[in-house]
Amino acid sequence: MSDASDATTAKRGPTPDDGLKVAKSGPVLAADGTPLKRSLARALRMQKMRALMLIAPLLVFVLLSFIVPIVSMLFRSVENEIVENTLPYTTEQLAQWDGTTDQLPGEPVYQALYFDMFLAAELKRHTRLGTRLNYESTGMSSLFRQSGRKLDDPGKDYRKAFQGVDDGWTDSATWLSLMTGDPSADRDTALVKAQKARLARLDDTRLPGLPEFAPSTEISELLPLTARTYTAFAVMTELVDEKDMAKAKPIESVYVALAADLAAADVTGYSGPEADRLKALAASGAATAPDFAAIFADIDKDWANVATWRTIQTHAAPYTSGYFLNAVDMRKTPEGAQAQPEDKRILVKLFIRTLIMSLIITGSCILLGYPVAWILANLPMRSANLLMILVLLPFWTSLLVRTSAWKVMLQQQGVINEVLVWLGMVNDADRLVLINNQTGTIIAMTHILLPFMILPMYSVMQTIQPSYLRAAKSLGATNWTAFWRVYFPQTVPGIGAGSILVFILSIGYYITPEIVGGTKGVFISNRIAYHISSSLNWGLAAALGTILLIVVLLLYWAYDKIVGIDNVKLG
Amino acid sequence: MADSTTGEAFVEFERVQKSYDGENLVVKDLNLSMPKGEFLTMLGPSGSGKTTCLMMLAGFETATHGDIRLGGTSINNIPPHKRGIGMVFQNYALFPHMTIAENLSFPLEVRKIGKSEREKKVQHALDMVEMGAFGGRRPAQLSGGQQQRIALARALVFEPELVLMDEPLGALDKQLREKMQFEITDLAHRLGITTVYVTHDQTEALTMSDRVAVFDDGRIQQLAPPDLLYEEPENSFVAQFIGENNTMLGVVKEIRGEEALVQLDGGELIDCKPVNVTAVGDRTRVSIRPERVEYNPERLKPGAHTLKAEVLEFIYMGDIFRTRLRVAGNDEFIIKTRNAPDQRRLSPGEQIEIGWLPQDCRALDA
Repeated sequence: MSDASDATTAKRGPTPDDGLKVAKSGPVLAADGTPLKRSLARALRMQKMRALMLIAPLLVFVLLSFIVPIVSMLFRSVENEIVENTLPYTTEQLAQWDGTTDQLPGEPVYQALYFDMFLAAELKRHTRLGTRLNYESTGMSSLFRQSGRKLDDPGKDYRKAFQGVDDGWTDSATWLSLMTGDPSADRDTALVKAQKARLARLDDTRLPGLPEFAPSTEISELLPLTARTYTAFAVMTELVDEKDMAKAKPIESVYVALAADLAAADVTGYSGPEADRLKALAASGAATAPDFAAIFADIDKDWANVATWRTIQTHAAPYTSGYFLNAVDMRKTPEGAQAQPEDKRILVKLFIRTLIMSLIITGSCILLGYPVAWILANLPMRSANLLMILVLLPFWTSLLVRTSAWKVMLQQQGVINEVLVWLGMVNDADRLVLINNQTGTIIAMTHILLPFMILPMYSVMQTIQPSYLRAAKSLGATNWTAFWRVYFPQTVPGIGAGSILVFILSIGYYITPEIVGGTKGVFISNRIAYHISSSLNWGLAAALGTILLIVVLLLYWAYDKIVGIDNVKLG
Repeated sequence: MADSTTGEAFVEFERVQKSYDGENLVVKDLNLSMPKGEFLTMLGPSGSGKTTCLMMLAGFETATHGDIRLGGTSINNIPPHKRGIGMVFQNYALFPHMTIAENLSFPLEVRKIGKSEREKKVQHALDMVEMGAFGGRRPAQLSGGQQQRIALARALVFEPELVLMDEPLGALDKQLREKMQFEITDLAHRLGITTVYVTHDQTEALTMSDRVAVFDDGRIQQLAPPDLLYEEPENSFVAQFIGENNTMLGVVKEIRGEEALVQLDGGELIDCKPVNVTAVGDRTRVSIRPERVEYNPERLKPGAHTLKAEVLEFIYMGDIFRTRLRVAGNDEFIIKTRNAPDQRRLSPGEQIEIGWLPQDCRALDA
């Protein structure tokens, strides 16, 4: 009892450190002369280190297998680097375009798109971007897929034309010597590094080392587009495909780039390797300036549509709120956040349904669990143990088995309906619909989560001595008043703990609603699973998950404010 | 079997029996009658049935047989909350989720007493136990002694005529317990409430009570005021249970009115007061209080019975000396003497002569 300790502290006799306090007026010193505080800290540090070492394995495990994946998954809800990584020059050019007018973007944008798209198609990355943009605007996926296929054609035309001027243009050696320039010439290594970084981002890999090829500074100044395109080709050949540049046929876009460069540049002053061929090509007129806008309009008329460009521009930023807006039935448009069309608004409803159904499940768990917990706490040890085993039995059965059992029970031709019909309580014609709807989910989940409610309530009730009820009755309270005013308030911490457990578990429940919920009884987690495994819209799944996490944390915070988390007892 | 009918009976047990399992009786044929205003203590070892009696009176256990009456009416079928009996529990049972004032206000609320009057009564009850400033605290913020006072105040706040206390001081340390013993009796007498107090601590029982009922084996062994209980135990259980006692076994040789001649198993013949021995030849347990034995020859009263004894051990205990002797073959014979200036201290090995008055030596059942 606390009185005993009160009495002893009050009459505490002199203790050894009293002497120390009297002897020194400065800081108290330990026996060896060091300040007492420091030697205390040192003594405790060992303990702390030991404790830390004991938990270290688990800490590391949890960090690596739990925290890091969750954080990286949640990060996907705002990450949007795919547009910039796939179309780096296009997004750069598009930034200067004013999307609010009905004017299509200028030729530089189409030109950048051609070379970005070509390289992406070579690495088969353009379809991924199409899928990503398809979340925002349907049709983008097929647009990107088709365009990737047709981009070769203009390049092939130019190659044929160049071949007509000089057969050497189909030769890889010609290209290599033109682009490399004089062996002693300055190298544009900055361009090589930039292209390597671009490819690494595009291909989402790490590329080791640098390619052997590097363009001469002279050529990269004279033919910038060609140098860039060829360098990207070289990085791809040497680092991604790991092939020899001397044997690699230049990709088609290099011909287009050269045609564009020759149309703009004056090569008459050039005297490096292959100067004659280049001058002959420039003079031949085969290298006509390509009209990129026309090329794209030819591939698909959607490229001549302002809406397509607006979509790309809106979602070009490396970080986006788009997934979160999608998660609350809105979307990101050039005009800002807007509500989704009526028929696409399902997620907010699903969130609300999840919350309400979780509350109903929590409530029914309280109603069903409270009497059981009370009996458990008041039965003699032996019978209580037996009953406890019955309560815990579901824990030892697989979740899937239990849920499947409910599927059998709740069918219209299932056990419950058959019994009700046999008893004459329900007409054979109108059997109860207990499954593939919200009722099914609530019944099955209440059953599955019930132990999580009973256990904390039981452990709290166990600590409530029967003398409280007796005291209340001796003070004049009826059975009900004694229960309601004295017993029940003391069990609130158990109810709180159970409710938090059940609510948080049910709000993220997946398997049971999936099996017994049909379409109307599914939860937000089923939608998340759908986006993770079927639609592969991980960004949206991550945004939904983040919102779910925030909702749970908010509710937890609110609970702490109202009831106080100190009042929660798990045992 | 003791039955007392002093004054008009307020609480009555008549032929009450209690069994939990249908095989053994925990309380056997209990008869008890208490006048109003009495402080009665039920004292006994654990399992003697004293707490069961209290619980039957409070209404938490039903008597298997017999009648319990309060103020003349049978309360056997009245539920506890209608009996109007205040009760103090061993662990205080203060409601932890309520403040002290709310705890005290609870019995008044369930009696539908108006708010202003309630507050007045609560404050009055708190002042009564000198805890007036603690109304806003929670039970967990109080020390054991303070909780004890609040439990007392709560049991008294609705002004019951009967208060039951179930080992209320069991959890307190010695000093606090002694202080509370005084406070409880003082309060009970001041307010004139009838109190039934259960304890297994005989000092508590002796110092606090008007009468003590000594329980053993489901029966009241003796019901008497503390002084009588101590000095004139009616049987050997009471004699051994209350205070320290020297006992020696023997056989009754002769009974002449108020005196009996007993031959101890060691062969010595002594004079005793026969208490519950009736016939010559009965086995008997002779009991003498340690402080009634004298060894100073000049202090021995005339008519005192003397025996030879050998000192085995001398213990200095401050206010008294406690000496262990061998008397008539009994190595555990204790005598207690006051530490007076002229008192002689005995030393082990010494041969002395001890004596006592025959009326202090009680021949009880064996």
